[in-house]
Amino acid sequence: MIELTHFQILSGFLFAIGLYGVLARRNAILVLMSIELMLNAVNINLIGYSIFMNASESHRALGHVIIIFVITVAAAELALAIAIILRLYRNKSSINTDDINIMKW
Amino acid sequence: MTSLVFFYLASVIILGGGLTVILSSNIIYAALGLMASLIGVAGIFILSFAPFLALVQILIYGGAIVIVIIFALMLTKLEDFRTLSDHKHWPIALIASLVTLGTIIAAAFYTPTNLVSRRGVDFDKIAHELFSQWAIPFEVASLVLLIALMGGVIMVRKTNSRDDK
Repeated sequence: MIELTHFQILSGFLFAIGLYGVLARRNAILVLMSIELMLNAVNINLIGYSIFMNASESHRALGHVIIIFVITVAAAELALAIAIILRLYRNKSSINTDDINIMKW
Repeated sequence: MTSLVFFYLASVIILGGGLTVILSSNIIYAALGLMASLIGVAGIFILSFAPFLALVQILIYGGAIVIVIIFALMLTKLEDFRTLSDHKHWPIALIASLVTLGTIIAAAFYTPTNLVSRRGVDFDKIAHELFSQWAIPFEVASLVLLIALMGGVIMVRKTNSRDDK
């Protein structure tokens, strides 16, 4: 049978994959995709706890509610991030994260 | 037992898509890998008795977000990253992600939890919670979406200022 550990390990692997992508990739759009992977890892963990925890049903419904909020905020974040990337591309003709250092001290 | 088979199938799709995102040298393949990974997560939601979340996942992630990312790829010049190269410090990133993975798995095994067998949440209950106790965060989320929409439009619109090229 499926157990909570399965969800946690899958979530951990997906989060580690996303973290590697954020740190190692140099294309800003690929960094964005990796952030989406990390958000989905969090969602897997939340749904796992929501269906396995010994809690009242209103508490377990909270897991679903938080997932809905995470998806909403991910959509908003992605729209703004794409706008920033397009603006950067227009101004600097590059979306390589190594070239974007104007806020470096 | 059947559910375990489907769980492993979804896991293979999710992790394979994720590895495609971080290892592929063609960015279109990376976008398609992301789409496969997100649809695999929808499969996990169905295995967790959450068909509404699976529907939302396919609609918003599989539909909207991947399409927006592909639009962004088309609006930037594809030739610039036909051959993607990773950062030269990628072993540090690998170590950091492996340490994070180890920490998560150790936490998963050593955290005492009070578990029962797998069961879903009533759909009425989710709607009741969302629109009674979490009604104000729900409204704030709509404001967040509106502000993100306006900010995106303002940020990419052509202006006559000097810094615009």
